[in-house]
Amino acid sequence: MRNIGVIIKKQIKDTLKNKTVLIQFVMFPVLTLIFEHAINIPDMPELFFTKLFSVMYMGMAPLTAVASIIAEEKEKNTLRVLTMANVKAWEYLAGIGIYVWTICMAGAGVMATTLSSGDIPFYLGVMAAGFLISIAIGACIGIIAANQMAATSLSLPVMLVFSFMPMLAMFNDKIEKVAGIFYTQQIRELLGSMTFDGIKTETMLVVAVNALLALILFFVAFKRKGLE
Amino acid sequence: MIRANSICKSFAGKQVLSGIDLDIKPGTIFGLLGPSGAGKTTLIKILTGQLGFDSGDVRVLGKDVRTLTGTDKKQIGIMMDNHGIYERMSCVDNLKIFADIYQVGQSKVMTTLTQVGLADSAKKPAMKLSKGMRARLQLARVLMISPKLLFLDEPTSGLDPMTMKYIHKLILDCKASGCTIFLTTHNMEEASVLCDEVALLNEGKIVDRGAPEDLCRRYNHQKTINIHLKSGEDIELPHSEKSAGEIMSLMTQGKIETIHSSEPTLETVFIELTGRRLEDSEEVKYA
Repeated sequence: MRNIGVIIKKQIKDTLKNKTVLIQFVMFPVLTLIFEHAINIPDMPELFFTKLFSVMYMGMAPLTAVASIIAEEKEKNTLRVLTMANVKAWEYLAGIGIYVWTICMAGAGVMATTLSSGDIPFYLGVMAAGFLISIAIGACIGIIAANQMAATSLSLPVMLVFSFMPMLAMFNDKIEKVAGIFYTQQIRELLGSMTFDGIKTETMLVVAVNALLALILFFVAFKRKGLE
Repeated sequence: MIRANSICKSFAGKQVLSGIDLDIKPGTIFGLLGPSGAGKTTLIKILTGQLGFDSGDVRVLGKDVRTLTGTDKKQIGIMMDNHGIYERMSCVDNLKIFADIYQVGQSKVMTTLTQVGLADSAKKPAMKLSKGMRARLQLARVLMISPKLLFLDEPTSGLDPMTMKYIHKLILDCKASGCTIFLTTHNMEEASVLCDEVALLNEGKIVDRGAPEDLCRRYNHQKTINIHLKSGEDIELPHSEKSAGEIMSLMTQGKIETIHSSEPTLETVFIELTGRRLEDSEEVKYA
């Protein structure tokens, strides 16, 4: 457990100096605050930007951050040095996962300031679940990719699908049908209703299947490649 | 401290190590010499438990390498030739991470940085360090834990002579404190200066081993004495009574400027044994 704490501490120090990762965590919360307060178009759905950017944040930030952190550590051999120092693979992954999840939750907390206080627990609960799925997918990419370049090439299309499909689904019925199989689209719909009442079984099923697939992919990737 | 019997390792059907035997005594520096691709790093990875092996037996700190516990591993320092430094972090922060992992007191961080001559650069981000400073930072990371056993994979590769000497001093200080050191190198001068025993590794096999000076004496086939006279003339004499008389005569006449015996270096021993140079993987012809 102590090693997990060391990894989190290390990651906090590193992220403060890593603008590429830092910007991913900060960009959407800041954009949400600016857009919600600065733009007011008649007939625009309530909290349009909060809901839109939340889904994009969920599909983008944790996924790319985890993938790029793991890939960089592999490329620079720091991961090998950690494992030689007897840090177990699960301790490392747990440390990175907990760190990214916490930072993303903090970002979601900032975005939640635009909501009414009654909606915040629901919002944070849904976001927390979505972040976990994205982290598992990001870890999977980080494990598969040999270096940062490969991680970017792999995570970009995945990230685009998960974060942009829900946005495009708002304008096209066919895309909406396809996007329905992704957890981000289902979470967008959950955020649209902002209530546990009347949650569709289909929604829960899609999110659960997405989570299960992400976990299976993660374990398969880890079993085949480890953290080498 | 390290005992290995008949280690064999192959990758995709290619035999990388075959029948490696080692017996390294505590408190000594053991050097593994070989050209690039000879299997040095593979052997270090096996001895440190980073890599499995096909057959044989490896005991480190008196235990099967596959059963080493976290506590055992805390007594082993490993410095591989690839850097593994957190570039954006300062030297202090780089060491603090490992001080936390190894549960070493934070005061040891500055002490070790001073020991390796990086105290003035303690707050500097690692990305701004020179190659020599990075090597010292890497060494600091392993010295900080005061290891019983230290593995160094080409610790001075590509460094300038001054930094190399500095690192040699640190390694010898570490040995003086009772640490056993296993180092790989393709620098025969480094091996001669540092090692109590060396093994020559070629194509996955140890072709000979012994104390550096013993090895050089053993392969001294030429047994000649080279004399450079003040007149500029060079003379080569065989080891014989007649030569002794001739040398005495030249000395009494004050004609000798320099005189050398012609023991081979580890480099020439290696070439004789394998037909290859130590510093590269290129095959060379030898007389």
